[in-house]
Amino acid sequence: MATVDIRFVGARGKKDNIETVEEIQNLVTPGDIITTDTGFMRGHGTFMENEKLHASVAGVVERVNKLICVKPLKTRYNGEIGDVVIGRIIEVCQRRWKVETHSKLNSVLMLSSVNLPGGELRRRSEEDEKLMRHYLKEGDLISAEVQNIMGDGCLSLHTRSLKYGKLGQGTLLSISPSLIKRRKTHFHNLPCGASIILGNNGYVWISPNVNEETDNTGGYEQNLEPVPNDVRIVVARLRNSILALADHHMIIYDTSIMYAYEASLLFTVKDMLKPEVTSEIIDLIQQRMELEGT
Amino acid sequence: MAGLELLSDQGFRIDGRRSHELRKIQCRLGVFKQADGSAYIEQGNTKVLAAVYGPHEVKGSRAKMLQDKVLVNCQYSMATFSTGERKRRPRGDRKSTEMTMHLKQTFDAAIITNLYPRSQIDIYVEVLQSDGGNYCASVNAATLALIDAGIPLKDYVCACSAGFVNDTPIVDISYLEESGGGPELIVTILPKSEQIVFLEQNSRLHEDNLSKVLDVASKGCKDIYAILDRAVRDHVSKVSNVANTTE
Repeated sequence: MATVDIRFVGARGKKDNIETVEEIQNLVTPGDIITTDTGFMRGHGTFMENEKLHASVAGVVERVNKLICVKPLKTRYNGEIGDVVIGRIIEVCQRRWKVETHSKLNSVLMLSSVNLPGGELRRRSEEDEKLMRHYLKEGDLISAEVQNIMGDGCLSLHTRSLKYGKLGQGTLLSISPSLIKRRKTHFHNLPCGASIILGNNGYVWISPNVNEETDNTGGYEQNLEPVPNDVRIVVARLRNSILALADHHMIIYDTSIMYAYEASLLFTVKDMLKPEVTSEIIDLIQQRMELEGT
Repeated sequence: MAGLELLSDQGFRIDGRRSHELRKIQCRLGVFKQADGSAYIEQGNTKVLAAVYGPHEVKGSRAKMLQDKVLVNCQYSMATFSTGERKRRPRGDRKSTEMTMHLKQTFDAAIITNLYPRSQIDIYVEVLQSDGGNYCASVNAATLALIDAGIPLKDYVCACSAGFVNDTPIVDISYLEESGGGPELIVTILPKSEQIVFLEQNSRLHEDNLSKVLDVASKGCKDIYAILDRAVRDHVSKVSNVANTTE
């Protein structure tokens, strides 16, 4: 017989609404004057009017020597060279693919900046141009690196390493780009049996564990064998753990994900979507982080 | 005004406010997860939701794309259950189309548009309950949503309406006061520089009284600004406090 889950409204946990928060230092909102001193340089999130420097977004003022910036809490993804991103092919054009990367404009992936199957390095012929849709077609997901930023802010990507390329079976998850911590590596093989790619653009890819020696083929040989049930559960649990962290605005990197995963083992995967269970998991993580001083 | 006294001899309005008092304002930022920015505002019984998407690639026809600045796209809709009498359709009628254009003009002026050439910002506004001052509540909600989305603005954009009854200007008029047929002035300003972004007047008002009513409306805008600013500061502080403790 089907069971019905009934909860009180109070269990959804709106308690943090009542208490007043103390305001953080150096907080500005749009239109605020940051300084009237003309000796400073205008950075992101600011504009100059009547010789005064104003903020244009809500956030904390950051000063590096003479440069003043204001960083908002969340924005679209601002690309930087060398970032790992995950994107979806939305168009096949002349010698290039258009890729959606949660950025202000669609990114481009040039035919000349992908590894062709077989890994041979040669000039791209017309033959290759005709086969473009054969390599990557609309709707495919790829992992790539930002190669260059063009004048209008459009990103140019490349996948010229075997760790990048088309993504096979797994789960995509989209969170705010500001929650992803910049680290040396964004590819993690987690001990729980799944691997994870944390795209700097806020897209996270969770897939069954890959064998780094044999499976890094740039994604041209796809493994379409059914994923066993226990691996699927691990992937789903990781997804819900990351969602829980993102809901509570916690920074996401390999350690915090593993903490969340381990804290979530007390609950079933399905229960993790409930707000009250989520906040319980977050409490556990915060306690553990304080204890270990990370 | 048959039988309806908008301003009593003691100086009280129908809902018990004095002539210079706003309705109660409550607002929240970040109400949707999927949108880049979102906000909800209640001004008295007028309730409005706003969602902002973008800046993103221009959707639809590429002919609309602007080479030097961002395209601001607005959509104003009123829920069918928002008014006393059920509406036939939520958008597409003359009134909503006009409102959409007004919103577009307002935010074209306030967003720093030259930062994002060849892209588009979508602002969706939905009126859930309408009790006068729909445009004002929509502008205020959209401002909060834009700030939540981290889109650069020259300043907050605050809108407020004012009426004129018994030689007294009244601020933030409700549906009852609006429908009486008296003069109504809707003002949108950038509160810090006091520049007027948008001004609309319905019905006739004597020229001598215009500046009086305009002053009251601008004062109302600045009061609204104080409330919105408080809400933004609380929201930003709360979120960054959490982020800081876990880093």
